[in-house]
Amino acid sequence: MRPWHYLRQFFIDLSRQKLRTAMTTFGIFWGTCSIVLLFAFGQGLREKQIQSQRGMGENILVIWPGVTSLEYKGLPKGRRIRMTEDDVKSIRQQAQLIQRVSPEYIRWGIPVKRGRNLNNRRVHGVWPEYGEMRNIIPVMGSRFINQADIDEQRRVCVIGDRLAKDLFPRGGGPIGETLLIQGVPFVIVGVMKEKRQDSSYSGRDAWKIWIPSSTYRTMWTQPYPNNVVAQIVPTATGDQGESEINSILARKYRFDPDDPRTLGVWDTTRNVAFMKNLFDAFQGFLVGIGILTLITGAIGVSNIMYVVLEERTKEIGIKMALGARRSYVITQFLSETMLLTLVGGFLGFLFAALIIRIFPTFGLEEFVGIPRVNLFIGVMITVLLGIVALGAGIFPALRASRLQPVQALKLF
Amino acid sequence: MSAHMIDIVNLVKRYQTGTVSFEALKGVDVQIDRGELVSIVGPSGSGKSTMMNIIGCLDIPTSGKYTLDDQDVTKLTPNQLADIRNRKIGFVFQAFNLLPYATAFENVEVPLLFARVGGRKRKQRILDLLDRVGLADKVNNKPTEMSGGEMQRVAIARALANEPEVILADEPTGNLDSSSGGGIVELFHELWREGKTIVVITHDSALAAQTERIIHIRDGLIEKVTHGNQQGRRAAHVA
Ligand SMILES: Nc1ncnc2c1ncn2[C@@H]1O[C@H](COP(=O)(O)OP(=O)(O)OP(=O)(O)O)[C@@H](O)[C@H]1O
Ligand SMILES: [Mg+2]
Repeated sequence: MRPWHYLRQFFIDLSRQKLRTAMTTFGIFWGTCSIVLLFAFGQGLREKQIQSQRGMGENILVIWPGVTSLEYKGLPKGRRIRMTEDDVKSIRQQAQLIQRVSPEYIRWGIPVKRGRNLNNRRVHGVWPEYGEMRNIIPVMGSRFINQADIDEQRRVCVIGDRLAKDLFPRGGGPIGETLLIQGVPFVIVGVMKEKRQDSSYSGRDAWKIWIPSSTYRTMWTQPYPNNVVAQIVPTATGDQGESEINSILARKYRFDPDDPRTLGVWDTTRNVAFMKNLFDAFQGFLVGIGILTLITGAIGVSNIMYVVLEERTKEIGIKMALGARRSYVITQFLSETMLLTLVGGFLGFLFAALIIRIFPTFGLEEFVGIPRVNLFIGVMITVLLGIVALGAGIFPALRASRLQPVQALKLF
Repeated sequence: MSAHMIDIVNLVKRYQTGTVSFEALKGVDVQIDRGELVSIVGPSGSGKSTMMNIIGCLDIPTSGKYTLDDQDVTKLTPNQLADIRNRKIGFVFQAFNLLPYATAFENVEVPLLFARVGGRKRKQRILDLLDRVGLADKVNNKPTEMSGGEMQRVAIARALANEPEVILADEPTGNLDSSSGGGIVELFHELWREGKTIVVITHDSALAAQTERIIHIRDGLIEKVTHGNQQGRRAAHVA
């Protein structure tokens, strides 16, 4: 039989059997749509989680000076313990579990001037490691503070992306331009690449100015950094890193290394771990729902195949009585299932993509992130449901085609 | 070329239902000539349909020999059998067996598609066939929009689609009232006069009487063969 003869018969059958066509298509549509949506939202949440982690940097400890709360070796409690830049250097040299560390000097309300733009800003004095730890990635053609800046006490600065926009509203590269920080000219060597930051301890990075710690100390006499930022190795926990720093400083300042109050520590790995657990649980939940949806969809599709079994067997019987060959019967069934699967899967995917597209208008990204369409998942689910449809329908079709025509006609 | 269009020798059909085996045909011999009009009569359950289905290549015998137009049917492949059903035999069922969702036109079209009859020619042929059975104005009706008599006419038009030499009808008027049944019988007579070989199963002795030969079946065996009152017509036609 020539293909167009197949096609003609095929489209007569399809267009006439609207209910059967519509039901099968809908089954595949529904399954594909819901799973694509599930995965899209799961993906959105995951990305949101990763991003908020990125804002602060990974495995970060922020350490503030504090006051002892326990007596230790005859020394009273209530002593103030402050860290110097030398202490940070000894942490860098001695600690095994700390891969990067930097002091952080902070000064608020510093007049910063660029042309007519004069505002009070926040200035941070840091080491070069700070940038990598805190995920302050310089935009193309710029850099963060380097060791030479520190050694030579250079008057250079790196600024946040929002601040850069504020100072240079007409665009044009701020790199190489000069800022007056408390009246002292600083050359801008770096601009932070835009990033998402959901947590902070001294304001958003987007508005900050970073200068070399050594330069900072020539500007303002401040013996102690406001805090220390440390990044622990990925294999260690936050607690292990914290107690290592505690024990290094406790030796020098003679306080109880187990005193939880001496140093204030913000262990960002703790909320990361919490988020990760939460997310893993949620991911499991999604996978569970996905599997259930898939099973429901599969049952739906095979039910439909079962419902039309009698009708189809009779149809096959009639066609064979009129001279249809076995290959025709099977080809018709296969192409029908394939077409419906394709159409259903495509529509399901399209519909899911549409929902995802209009989702931002609901203003919920803050909470669930931006859902992401995954074409691969869509194709996978469609193929899977197609196989189910094929499996549910092919055996009856094969059986009917193997019967003598009169048997197929009489089967029901 | 043998004179017999249909030649059946010692045909046996055994049905197996679970452990129970039932012999619906117990060794039947039948010869039907080219261009003959034959009726098969017998009580319900005697094996008429069983035999007709085998003649129509809709079923295969358990044993025995069946030669159709000098071809040993029992030796044919499934595809060859499909082609015989498509071109050589037109089968008319008591239950019509139309595709319920398709129009009269589309129902008649099915065997033409299988026979690869091309577009314009096919369309013309369908319209001619429907006109011939008196349904020129029902071309686009679906089975649910037609009377029983009209549905059977569509089925006959469909059976005639590829100009088969043999027309087999299993109680074609069984589901019809006498007037629409009469029209169908008239149609068969017309086809017979055109030279087709026609075999009709019927419960209606009046209908059986209007054929050349009447084969009586009882309990899976041929009881007797009698003459109908139609000999003259064919002779007249041939002459
Ligand atoms: N598929 C089958 N399986 C088992 N037994 C069958 C089958 N088909 C027919 N029979 C039996 O074979 C016998 C003959 O059936 P058949 O349909 O040929 O009778 P019939 O002469 O056409 O009767 P009717 O006039 O009622 O149509 C019946 O007893 C029937 O029960
Ligand atoms: Mg019968």
